[in-house]
Amino acid sequence: MTTVTEVLYRTIQEEPDRIALVLQSPDGDQAITYADLISGALGYANILEGAGVGRNEPVILLLQHGRPLIEAFFGAILHGAVPAIMPFLTEKLSPERYRQSLAALIEITKPAVIITYPAFADEVASARKEGDSVRSVLLWTEVEPATDISWEMLGGMGSEPEDIVLLQHSSGTTGLQKGVALSHRAVLYQLKTYAKAINLTGDDVIVSWLPLYHDMGLIAGFIMPILLRSKLILMSPFDWIRAPYRLLSAVSQYNGTLSWLPNFAYNFSARKVRDRDLDNIDLSSWRAVINCSEPMRWKSHEDFFNRFSEYGLKRKALATCYAMAENVFAVTQGGIESPVMVDEIDRRSLLEDQIAVPAKAGEDAIKMLSAGQPIDGTSVRVVDAEGMDLPDRHVGVIALQGGCLLSGYYNREDLTQKTFMGRWYITGDLGYLADGELFITGRKKELIIVGGKNVFPQDLEELAMDVEGVHPGRVVAFGLFNEDIGTEEIGVIAEVDVAEDDHRMKIAREIRDQISRGTDVTARYVLTVDRGWLIKTSSGKIARGANRDKYLQESA
Amino acid sequence: MQDQITTFISTELLKDPTRKIAFDEALISSGLVDSFSLVDLALFIEETFNARIDDTELTADVFDTIEELVALISARRKS
Repeated sequence: MTTVTEVLYRTIQEEPDRIALVLQSPDGDQAITYADLISGALGYANILEGAGVGRNEPVILLLQHGRPLIEAFFGAILHGAVPAIMPFLTEKLSPERYRQSLAALIEITKPAVIITYPAFADEVASARKEGDSVRSVLLWTEVEPATDISWEMLGGMGSEPEDIVLLQHSSGTTGLQKGVALSHRAVLYQLKTYAKAINLTGDDVIVSWLPLYHDMGLIAGFIMPILLRSKLILMSPFDWIRAPYRLLSAVSQYNGTLSWLPNFAYNFSARKVRDRDLDNIDLSSWRAVINCSEPMRWKSHEDFFNRFSEYGLKRKALATCYAMAENVFAVTQGGIESPVMVDEIDRRSLLEDQIAVPAKAGEDAIKMLSAGQPIDGTSVRVVDAEGMDLPDRHVGVIALQGGCLLSGYYNREDLTQKTFMGRWYITGDLGYLADGELFITGRKKELIIVGGKNVFPQDLEELAMDVEGVHPGRVVAFGLFNEDIGTEEIGVIAEVDVAEDDHRMKIAREIRDQISRGTDVTARYVLTVDRGWLIKTSSGKIARGANRDKYLQESA
Repeated sequence: MQDQITTFISTELLKDPTRKIAFDEALISSGLVDSFSLVDLALFIEETFNARIDDTELTADVFDTIEELVALISARRKS
């Protein structure tokens, strides 16, 4: 089978009544068979056909986590179109900012249609420009499930392995202008090689609360189980964040075997689940809880294990993974066959010499969690600025190559060119190799990851600059790791002219509000400083790293 | 009760004790109290006022201001 459509076709022929997924909500659980799923999806394929959407044309899905989103996603693929899921407008986001993000997405991605809710149609209309690519805005209420459809007539049956099957974006204005385009071949190759790395079978039960607009949720927690016929128990991130015990209940109730979590979720679960919500919870079926998508911390694993071991959680279930949308999902996997390797290294050598030297007793050590070994068919190198291989234990840039790599950034040939060195994709993340295991020490330049979500500092800085009293171009935003919560918090420093404390506090407050309403994260520390405080590079740009260090020194 | 909640939000959730919060100021819909902090707020209310707020009630539709939250807690305590 060479395309996603063919896989779905084969599945519906062989096991139409098998449960594809159980969709959980506070109102109850809904089991959806492959026949239900495909019939719903074909309804979307029909309206795309009716709207004259051609093969390989992008379709933006502006839908909340739920059944319409799931069906629309597969419907677009069955039609041969290219779905891209955009994060839904949360209640706190200002509609104006959301409109700007949507406009940025439309401009670069050039979708043929947008599928959304009737209540959202006006929002979409206001983000559009005259003469843009959007031919129609389709409403999910217009969709009827379809049953007797001739598969031969479906656009998706004509898809070729190299055709793009989906686009993945990060959130924010910057992320939405950078769609990772993945082919049918790359996605199926990832599923095949990653399934092998985690020993996935049809008996596995995957439990996920992850959003579908992010690679971890979309691939590991959605497409993989559905296409490989492992049962999926899916809940909404909105429900989980308000009640983190729901993940544990679902694992217990359905004998869940696999879950993927960003690092902060280990701390969040360990600290915020009440004892009374753990009555009769049994986690012994969980064979792997895989830490992925933000820096992985030894301490987070320990806290999680200590909190839940008495409920049957096995230590060997703790696992790690290094992944990115550009490789469909996983690059490496650790902790499946053997426990996650912990490398105790000397803190000073790492910071000063960029070398991971094993720590001697009594020295200030950092416990690094291994991200594991590359999955089959994906090769990893650690290189210097010239692209030359570095020796073991030397920190450098992680480069990768293999059959899962992206076809390119959609409609961004310029960006695609920049990130490849020959056949090697230069991730920009930093790490070192030791005995074939990969350790991640830093991430893409200046990218902030809050609760598993990628946040681009330039988006935050732009929002802060809109506040009256802040100097344009004189703002810096960065991430600060907080050990207690297991993720980064956002710091913002802005140069202002006013001296009075009250006025400065008001500006700081407005910056916070502006960021809360303009993004899906909040700024924890906002500092207003005098003109000239911020350090600039020789080319006159604000240096984020240097200013972050200065802030840390001054607040220490 | 209002003061206790205000102090908790400004000190524990916002880490900014100087932050004043008006009784009718939007908490959830404005993003002032972000989704990561909603569980903390519910735990605090349960421990301090012995009133249970269900996780499904942690949305702006149920309460969005200190005023509304106080009313909700008072009603729960009576029942």
